Amino acid sequence: MIETRQLCKRYGEFVAVDAIDFKVEAGQVLGFLGPNGAGKSTTMKMIAGFLAPTSGSARVCGHDVVADALAAKRETGYLPEGAPSYGEMTPRRFLDFVAEARGLRGARRKQRVEEVIDRLHLHNVLGQSIETLSKGFKRRVGLAQAIVHDPAVLILDEPTDGLDPNQKFEVRNLINAMARDKTIIVSTHILEEVQAVCTRAIIIARGRILADATPTELEARSRYHQAVSLTTSDLAGARNAMSRVADVAAIEYDKISQRLTAIPKPGRRIFGAVGDALKAQAIPVGELQLESGRMDEVFRTITRGDLGEDIAEEERA
Amino acid sequence: MSNIFTVFKREFASYFATPVAYVFIVIFLLLAGAFTFYIGNFFERGQADLLPFFNFHPWLYLFLVPAVGMKLWSEERKSGTIELLLTLPITMWQAVVGKFLAAWAFIGIALALTFPLWITVDYLGSPDNGVIFASYLGSFLMAGAFLAIASCLSACTRNQVVAFILTVVVCFLFLLAGYPLVLNFFGSWAPLGVVDAVSGLSFLSHFSAIAKGVIDLRDVFYFTLTIGFWLYASAVVIDLKKAD
Repeated sequence: MIETRQLCKRYGEFVAVDAIDFKVEAGQVLGFLGPNGAGKSTTMKMIAGFLAPTSGSARVCGHDVVADALAAKRETGYLPEGAPSYGEMTPRRFLDFVAEARGLRGARRKQRVEEVIDRLHLHNVLGQSIETLSKGFKRRVGLAQAIVHDPAVLILDEPTDGLDPNQKFEVRNLINAMARDKTIIVSTHILEEVQAVCTRAIIIARGRILADATPTELEARSRYHQAVSLTTSDLAGARNAMSRVADVAAIEYDKISQRLTAIPKPGRRIFGAVGDALKAQAIPVGELQLESGRMDEVFRTITRGDLGEDIAEEERA
Repeated sequence: MSNIFTVFKREFASYFATPVAYVFIVIFLLLAGAFTFYIGNFFERGQADLLPFFNFHPWLYLFLVPAVGMKLWSEERKSGTIELLLTLPITMWQAVVGKFLAAWAFIGIALALTFPLWITVDYLGSPDNGVIFASYLGSFLMAGAFLAIASCLSACTRNQVVAFILTVVVCFLFLLAGYPLVLNFFGSWAPLGVVDAVSGLSFLSHFSAIAKGVIDLRDVFYFTLTIGFWLYASAVVIDLKKAD
């Protein structure tokens, strides 16, 4: 379990994290979203016990990260941004070191190290020094050290950054497999990742929480939620037919994907009506698709909206 | 305690993972030998002691110890592993001490490898082995003091070269604290008490006291205290600067 209360981090005048409050229970995977410099990493560093909060508090499994730092760190597995590791060590020695520092001894240590080597497919690189490994392997070594002591809480700062699509898929599977009994926080830039692994998402910009919802709820905030998109050879006809449906608010055409999209008025469903209208006009339809919403658009609206307010404030001043 | 040992083992092995350790040891031994025989006139003096050998240690350490210590924390900061190290369930103190001891042990090995000199002088004459032992001890303690300074200054920057130069300068000041170069600087404006205090900080005078064969507890205490102070300062600096 992770709980933060009015968590703040200031550097002089600059407020990196501004009174963040949230609680994550075991079994939840929380996605941290936000533009660069939003305060995601700083928040994670404070929970992991690397940086001390300026004010407010964070608790990991009931242990305060400042007052009871060692107990909190024991429960936590942490993958720092960029997955740093000691370049001159081999993955096996590095994992042995972390396991030992994590208090694992003897047979138990051997067994855990073997387990994470298996889980992250590190067999072929065990004897190579880490600095000679590819980016993907380095990231996997970083993940392996984060989970070697089987922690109750996992904090992963951009775990899939720089991985190829196959590796991303594997890491996501790994996170999903561990999600059942652990509390996990994942930060990411990749919006599709939120849908793939997170049960809940928090959007942060400039140190503040702007949204806290499930990925589905976030998608529902999109203007494309319940929108209908299609490909057709008769563009004008389709556009004409769709515009006659009462609940359609707007129609957009994307030249690149060659899709025509009808956007519903807020809260309305238009899939049936649009389908009927196209059928009535006998318009040839290639693909017909109901959209659940566009995460990137929601992300932009939420994070830019915040920026917009500030610009307005500055103009007023 | 076991955490200190865990950090120690990793750090110590890291010296030998690259050629740096071997290069360092070879250069240390070559320079120590060259100083002893060519500049110290080991044979021409015709005396069965290791004074010409130990006399050059402060100057040898002035450049070689900062070279060993410069990477202690600056590299951790540059590569980001400091974040990894300090989120393990170990205290800052254990990390600082473990890393320091590893570097100190490494210098200790280099120092121990000068044993053929001791054998030589024992073979050629009958030196006072007590004095030689005391000198080794003093030399090792002085290396520790240099290294603790290196640890602290290495924590100040993520650039190893900057750490190296800063350390050489500060070590040089400590080395010569009892000599006119430094004392005149303080003497011109500071009260007498301060000047006396500064002159008492000289590594050179404390080392030569031990090297004479008198293990005065005050000299041992001085070096231990210096090491303790600079390690404490290291911990403070790391804590202050880990955010950048």
